[in-house]
Amino acid sequence: MSLGKYIQAFPEYGAERMGAPVASFNRISAEPIRVHCSISEPDLVIVLDPTLMGKVDVIAGLDKNGAIIINTTETAAAVRQTLKLQGAKVYTVDASGISRATIGREIPNTPMLAALVKVSGLFDFETMLKDTEGKLKKKFISKPEVVKGNLDAMRRAYSEVKGE
Amino acid sequence: MAKVVARTGNEAMAEAMRQINPDVVAAYPITPATEIVMIFAKYVADGLVDTNYVAVESEHSAMSACVGAAAAGARVMTGTSSQGLALMYEILPIAAALRLPIVLSDVNRALSGPINIHCDHSDTMAARDFGWLQIFSENSQEAYDGLIQAVRIAEDPRVHLPAMVTTDGFIISHCLDKIELLEDSEVKEFIGPERKAPNSLLNLEKPVSIGLLDLQDYYFEHRLPVAEAMRGAKKVILEVADEFAKKFGRKYGLCEAYKLEDAEHVVVALGSTCGTAKVVVDELRSKGVRAGLLKIRVFRPFPGEEIAAALAKAKTVAVLDRSDSWSAQGGQVFTEVRSVMFDLPVKPKIINFIYGLGGREIDQGQIRQVYDCLQKVEKQPLVQYLGVRE
Amino acid sequence: MNGKPGWRELAEGDVVPAGTAEQFETGDWRTERPTWHPERCIQCLLCWISCPDSAIVVKDQKMTGFNYHHCKGCGICAKECPVKPEKAITMGPER
Repeated sequence: MSLGKYIQAFPEYGAERMGAPVASFNRISAEPIRVHCSISEPDLVIVLDPTLMGKVDVIAGLDKNGAIIINTTETAAAVRQTLKLQGAKVYTVDASGISRATIGREIPNTPMLAALVKVSGLFDFETMLKDTEGKLKKKFISKPEVVKGNLDAMRRAYSEVKGE
Repeated sequence: MAKVVARTGNEAMAEAMRQINPDVVAAYPITPATEIVMIFAKYVADGLVDTNYVAVESEHSAMSACVGAAAAGARVMTGTSSQGLALMYEILPIAAALRLPIVLSDVNRALSGPINIHCDHSDTMAARDFGWLQIFSENSQEAYDGLIQAVRIAEDPRVHLPAMVTTDGFIISHCLDKIELLEDSEVKEFIGPERKAPNSLLNLEKPVSIGLLDLQDYYFEHRLPVAEAMRGAKKVILEVADEFAKKFGRKYGLCEAYKLEDAEHVVVALGSTCGTAKVVVDELRSKGVRAGLLKIRVFRPFPGEEIAAALAKAKTVAVLDRSDSWSAQGGQVFTEVRSVMFDLPVKPKIINFIYGLGGREIDQGQIRQVYDCLQKVEKQPLVQYLGVRE
Repeated sequence: MNGKPGWRELAEGDVVPAGTAEQFETGDWRTERPTWHPERCIQCLLCWISCPDSAIVVKDQKMTGFNYHHCKGCGICAKECPVKPEKAITMGPER
């Protein structure tokens, strides 16, 4: 949004429990966004938890020219086989591993966002880093190590995400 | 200078409440409206507003406290949803009869049962006959702007009625969206520094009794002014909207006509569904279908003449109801829209779709299906259910 | 219903001046009338405490009689009067 785009982000509220599958949706557009329905034909899918594959149809409606990014230690080719996916691009990154090494806990969210930026080319990575730093600084005012950990995680994920 | 921010519907409502800075807020939290009063309570705790926040044990008490505070002359707001609004039902018509301009942000959620937390309009529609103004919002921006305008409208001496401004539960209440905020000073100037109540329970110079027993000889005379105020409210709503547009650039009306000018097939809807429907209209137009949308923004007072005029040239009309009146004759919006079309010299064929109950997804595909039905309207039943499994 | 104000003439929102009960004569609802016998009265003021309509007139902390404009003749004062053997307040028919 700070780059002049229109945005929309909304979760699918179900019966939430720790570990239960949840979905959330994001739209980014140069035009005002008027639709108010879930996304059934995504251009991009991000899977934060690899154990969802096989339980949830993560490639449902995925555009042939779209991409899926998965937090996993496996290769893109192996994931493609598991998903029986034809068309679309598959990217993998070990965001859980990266977050454990940099943040100290398994919070794969920020590295996955970095992977998204790399794969989609939607916006400039350095701008995103600065923006994230600003936001996290406010939230973790007494924990600068959390901010640094997240930024390191993002840089690593940005360079380590691989796909086919 | 307008500030562009990302806010969910609930955050936008809470932000508007902070800027309105009401004297009293009495509220009880309920999903999906919880955040509105939760965020606002934080503003109170942080000293960002001068509001006296009354924590109550139920929505019935919340609305009762609102009535008491408003009768004392205060500017009063609250927020709720679904069962919470239902628990207020006993007090809502009292607020209207006493002509107290309480402003309520309501997040539309299905009435139980079965128990459900997601969007439909059954809670708000069930409150349509209580003498409250009802303004629906397509998105967070409209909710924010609508809440600020509602204070002015409700407090206008020609109206003096309570008002509820609604968003669609989760679809808008929890959707992060790009919106433009006004400056605190702009809001303050627009609504005026304080409510000018004609009477106050706390005025010792002019002691009054409010809300007395009225029997066969007076009750009728005390109810009729509510109808009269509701009739007059249309003009005030438009005046306030005009002033808002002049000052801040965003235009609002009782309804919004989207590509209706030469439309043959028209959908009538309320709330967030209208955004999705506009996209479908554009898509159909590019294929040569003369599709249009009529969004009803203000449901109370019901803009009957405006709706009839807007639909006069259509060939077919589909009314989308996100609630059922269980009348076996269609939803609330349908029966009211159909009624105002009775006097049109050439009546369009009109049908009803009840959809989206309990948060059931409504997407472009389903709305496309509605326009498809309109193109072969002769074969359609009067009322059908959209998106339900047979 | 004739002779009463039309809806346009009423104050907005069922609002009336407070304290108007004072001007409203409810004494004519009475079918029984209390009589005070000052010679028996012990000035305990139980009648004043018990009266539901503030119709016991007290001056300088002393019972001095009834406000017949408001007294509805309910008889509670006579019932509560503790003086024996004959009470200081008795009820008789309203003339």
